[in-house]
Amino acid sequence: MERVPILKIGDILLVSIQVDMSDQTAVALQEDLAERIVATGCHGVIIDITALDIVDSFVGRMLSTIASISRVLDAETVVVGMRPAVAITLVELGLSLNGIRTALNVERGMELIAADREREYDEFDDSSDAEPTASP
Amino acid sequence: MTSGVDLSRPQAQTVGSDEDVVRVRQLVRTVAVAVKLSLVDQTKVVTAASELARNTLVYGGGGTVEVAAVDNGRRPGISIVFADSGPGIADLELALTDGYTTGGGLGLGLSGARRLVDEFDIQTAPGQGTRITITKWSR
Amino acid sequence: MALSADESGRLAGLLTSHVDQVTQRWTEVVAGQLRGRLSQAELRHQVQELHRALVDALGKGLTDLAAEEGTELRAVLAEVSRGQARQGFSAAETATGVFALKDALLSVMEADQSAGTLRDYVAFGTLVDQMGLFTFESYVRTRESLIADQAEQLLELSTPVVKLWEGVVAVPLVGTLDSARAQVVMERLLQTLVDTGSPYAIIDITGVPAVDTQVAQHILKTVVAARLMGADCIISGIRPQIAQTIVALGIEFGDIATKASLADALRHVLRLTGVETGRRQSRREA
Repeated sequence: MERVPILKIGDILLVSIQVDMSDQTAVALQEDLAERIVATGCHGVIIDITALDIVDSFVGRMLSTIASISRVLDAETVVVGMRPAVAITLVELGLSLNGIRTALNVERGMELIAADREREYDEFDDSSDAEPTASP
Repeated sequence: MTSGVDLSRPQAQTVGSDEDVVRVRQLVRTVAVAVKLSLVDQTKVVTAASELARNTLVYGGGGTVEVAAVDNGRRPGISIVFADSGPGIADLELALTDGYTTGGGLGLGLSGARRLVDEFDIQTAPGQGTRITITKWSR
Repeated sequence: MALSADESGRLAGLLTSHVDQVTQRWTEVVAGQLRGRLSQAELRHQVQELHRALVDALGKGLTDLAAEEGTELRAVLAEVSRGQARQGFSAAETATGVFALKDALLSVMEADQSAGTLRDYVAFGTLVDQMGLFTFESYVRTRESLIADQAEQLLELSTPVVKLWEGVVAVPLVGTLDSARAQVVMERLLQTLVDTGSPYAIIDITGVPAVDTQVAQHILKTVVAARLMGADCIISGIRPQIAQTIVALGIEFGDIATKASLADALRHVLRLTGVETGRRQSRREA
């Protein structure tokens, strides 16, 4: 069985799906990713599906599951590079990919994750600033 | 690869494993390209075939898929038959409802596949297996 | 009744021996019908061409236009009707160009009783009818392909996707949207998003006179598909009547952003991108 490689770039795990995945490969990817998130402590996952010429309900469900699992493990998942024909087909199929964040390309996906992290730190700063004035 | 496929007769593919579902997708794509379906229509018919081939494997316990280039006199098209001798479907109307599933999926296989093609015909009865024929015409 | 080999030979003989009379009368009848829209020289050339092809085919023993001996004759007929279809002649005018041969044959056979019997004339007529029908079919095929070409050109013309700003594209929709056109617009817009890497699209429907359920569905699907790809769509230019229709039809636009004008939509997007370039970025989920 083929396995989809997972690359670590800085604080982000990048998965670029290049093959027509069998269902087993998809399930294996789901498991591998969960392990890598924990092992690396990364806070962002980008799944690049530019090369996928179809996304059916099985792969759609896998993407949703990955997003949910990574959220539990404190990592944000962004699916990038969905082709127009694939998006149109998914709409017709009735698959809405709820809970999955998307971006046009890898670059935009990275911006999205970076912005998220920044906001989280900002909120942390804001609350620590606010605390002294609130306590007395 | 299945390039250079003979369009004059139907191409058969047995479905007994995950990898066979992938092969069905590739075969359907090759024929869809050969009958000149638009890119969006190719994507739709391959997606529908993927859903139905998985159903054949998961619910029908395996079976066969036959892919053929067809012509209705005005337009060319692609016709695919999914046949299994599994338990069949008892309540067809329920099975064709969005969100209904017995296999832990999203319940979009049958109903979704039907929306993606031009013609959808299903013959099934409990204990008699299931036979689904789908057709997509080129525009 | 079909033409026998014997009759075929006699018709060839008749056409050859009375070539001048036949082409003369043939040209006259067609010219009367077309009233000067084709020059005498062109018309004469066309009639002679048909005459020659017919004699050749009969010489090879043609009894049925669909047979192999008729290949060249069919090609000439198709060429003539294609030309006339493109020049805007009516189907009747095009077919008359062939049926006029009957007139010509009749006048020749009336003048020279030895040229053939009534039976021959009817048999010849059958072949001419076949030729006329064939002309008609080629005419229709040509017109159909012309219409298909024009429809395609119209689609190309009517669906421009323009870049408004860095990261913002717009489709100004003008005219009636049918299912086919809506689909083309949808595909082109989504492809442009990918090609330009634009995360925002504005669909302006100021120029759309009416919206029915199907068209509204197409627009909604486009918006959802764009979201799946990671881009946001804003709909602008909804006219009062259309807003009423949308509500009356019970179509849910949900959380899709709608703006009164293209300018408002652009301002909205620029404000969003302005926020994005600042410290706090926020983007909706797909």
